[in-house]
Amino acid sequence: MSSTEHTAGVSHVHRDDEGARLGMWLFLFTELLLFGGLFLLYSVYRYLNQDAFHLAAKELNTLFGTFNTVILLTSSLTMALAIAAIQRGKKTLSVVLQLATLFMAFGFLVNKYIEWTAKIHHGIYPGSEILLDKSSGEILFFGLYYSMTGLHGLHVIIGMALIGYMTRLTVNGVINKDSFVKLESAGLYWHLVDLIWIFLFPLFYLIT
Amino acid sequence: MSGDHNSQHSGEKHVTSYAAYFFVWFALLMLTVITVVVAGINFGNYTVATALFVASIKSYLVLTIFMHLKAESKIFKGFVGVALFFLLISLVLLFSDYSFL
Repeated sequence: MSSTEHTAGVSHVHRDDEGARLGMWLFLFTELLLFGGLFLLYSVYRYLNQDAFHLAAKELNTLFGTFNTVILLTSSLTMALAIAAIQRGKKTLSVVLQLATLFMAFGFLVNKYIEWTAKIHHGIYPGSEILLDKSSGEILFFGLYYSMTGLHGLHVIIGMALIGYMTRLTVNGVINKDSFVKLESAGLYWHLVDLIWIFLFPLFYLIT
Repeated sequence: MSGDHNSQHSGEKHVTSYAAYFFVWFALLMLTVITVVVAGINFGNYTVATALFVASIKSYLVLTIFMHLKAESKIFKGFVGVALFFLLISLVLLFSDYSFL
């Protein structure tokens, strides 16, 4: 199928897919430490400012958070399915699933944009007068909210760029039934983005 | 032609069925519903614990099925275990400073 244009010589190329995946995992551990540090910061500040965190979290829209959770979980599904499809040699299906993943990632960002814009419109953003009038615990909550969901959003953008590139490689036939470790690695990255959100969501949106 | 026999050890596939992915996705959505509903009920201190517990189950599903950890060799699982263990150490030591954990 898709592999016809470059099958010659492929069997002689030295390749270590397991090594490539292991390398990706090692990179993901650095991401774990990056976000892990922020989660540690969050846990201590929340422990020290429990009431302020509860009060501040009421400003967040649970519906938006839940909707974005569903979007991200579903995009993780389509990403996993895209890999399953290419493993079975179904190139078109894989491309469609990757595009669906990209579409949902974009939807996630649009929601985030609306959410942030509404907050900023209400005068709640780092350094704003309204925020500075609040207690230090609330200021900390929103500082963490903006930095953690912001960093996560940045990862969504990077993930989109990666997946977009993989879609191109799939169309070109570079990623195919016999060589799909690149797509797998992009998938691992995308699932990590999902994993981080799985923890961000209850910690920011579901404090009642 | 390398077309149909990719038996070289690096190219081995761990093919998961489409249905398994859909099942995991459905489970993740249900767990999300549980988290949201539980958050509405006031369990006091247990609310956070419940949320984190459900998030851990979700993470386990994503790690093992979506990220194929289940099908990977032992070294992958070992590495992930070590990484999480060090994060746990940081958390425990940090809280030993702030509370009597």
